Amino acid sequence: MTEAVAAEKKPLPVVPFLKIPEKGDPYLEGSRCSACKSVFLGTRDVCAKCGARKQLEPTRLANKGELYVYSITYRSFPGIETPYVSAVVDLDGGGTVKGNLIGIEPDPKKIKMGMKVDVVYKIAPRKDREGNEYLTYYFQPAKS
Amino acid sequence: MSDVYILGTDMIKFGKFPDRSVPQIGAEAALLALDDAGLTINDMEALYCGNLMQSNAMVGQRILQQIGLTGIPVVNCANACATGATAFREGWTAIKAGLYDLVLCVGVEQMAGAGLLGGGGGGKGIPTEGLLGSGTMPAVFAEAGMEHARKYGTTFEQFAKVSVKNHWHSTMNPKARYQVETPLEEVMNAEMISYPNTKLMCSVNVDGSAAAVLASEKKARELGLKRAVRVKASVLTSDRFTQRDLTMPDVNTCTREAAKKAYEMAGVGPDDINLIELHDCFATAEILHYENLGICKDGEAGRLIDEKQVYLGGRIPVNVSGGLLSKGHPLGATGIANIYEVSTHLRGEAGKRQVQNARFGLTHVIGLGSACGVHILEKVAN
Repeated sequence: MTEAVAAEKKPLPVVPFLKIPEKGDPYLEGSRCSACKSVFLGTRDVCAKCGARKQLEPTRLANKGELYVYSITYRSFPGIETPYVSAVVDLDGGGTVKGNLIGIEPDPKKIKMGMKVDVVYKIAPRKDREGNEYLTYYFQPAKS
Repeated sequence: MSDVYILGTDMIKFGKFPDRSVPQIGAEAALLALDDAGLTINDMEALYCGNLMQSNAMVGQRILQQIGLTGIPVVNCANACATGATAFREGWTAIKAGLYDLVLCVGVEQMAGAGLLGGGGGGKGIPTEGLLGSGTMPAVFAEAGMEHARKYGTTFEQFAKVSVKNHWHSTMNPKARYQVETPLEEVMNAEMISYPNTKLMCSVNVDGSAAAVLASEKKARELGLKRAVRVKASVLTSDRFTQRDLTMPDVNTCTREAAKKAYEMAGVGPDDINLIELHDCFATAEILHYENLGICKDGEAGRLIDEKQVYLGGRIPVNVSGGLLSKGHPLGATGIANIYEVSTHLRGEAGKRQVQNARFGLTHVIGLGSACGVHILEKVAN
């Protein structure tokens, strides 16, 4: 097996702020403003809160957080499988991320706002037109 | 500084007009508003046109192609669901600045059958809808409602009651898209789109247009103030940074700031307002805005709908037009249609749905992203 073939198999990140390092586990990347301490998803040049420039430092976001709010989507665009739980999660240490909440019934009686969740990484069940695989993230109820 | 007056305003009955063009639909409201003012396009010194989905297509100029090419300046505005209110406010700003004495503001949209809005990404890679949560509008506003539920225990039933109310109101508005009552059970048992918003808790995609003729105080006095409505406040805000806004659009902060500024500008408070047309794009949203507009304290919105305080005949009627939920929500027209509705009550011409003795009315729209427009209108004392 040549290196070229191995490289072809590496999945692409579903969004730019999902980082797939050469070695080690994937993670979500954010940036932290050293002036006002705000945390944002992905990299950026200027702080959206305080306007500080060149003070945003890349930071590795936590893989644990708390479910802030959710909705359960039953009607979506053609070809999108439903239902799914659309979740907004506050990550421990800062950063708010949206994604699907899996590993729980899509039932308001089961889903508790404020519940602890883990960020998990899986190959997405969709490919692009060129047939490339993508790595995506999901939330699931915390194990511990 | 002198006030700005609405001399004429009207809207078409919202509906489905697949055989007509956007400029044709817009032209109809423009002519109705001119007729209502007793003026013609030759009297207008500028046109401010709001349309979102053809925002690159010179809709304002194409309306003038329908109703009279007079060479006046035309400004085309796009600001999501605040598009109509933005066009109206541009006209207001120009008169305030002393540039013109008479301007026409038109909002128009053709969107019947547009289906689900939002979602997207649409960029490189794979679609993220249903993978990274939902960007569809029903889901986004469901989540905004769930934030209220999290804080105050607001229930699915309370959100659903908003839809019961607005559908009932619409039975008294011949210009609403639908005029059908929807009992609570029907609303709650309708197809679930994004919990907790069922299909009957989502605004209706329709074709529609609305228009207003604005005048300077000098011109209004010259032409007669008998049916004129005074614009006491016109405010537009965008987002101020809040913690989750970039992930979960915050429709509260920009509304609160706009309301506060509007009350200050008008020199009135929430208790002085006799009726409100607010942005009920989804039933969940209306609940938030009771508090955002200051008609009750934080956490009391659920009680407000339970006690029917926001019904016609209640303490502060909200969306007596039927709202976006039943009157319909043609994005670019909505902000001016709300102003037409409130003006009609201040003129005492709202028929069965008339809010008695209305002196002040407030209109509110939110364009996600965000743009919030708030106007306070006053009956001109005779």
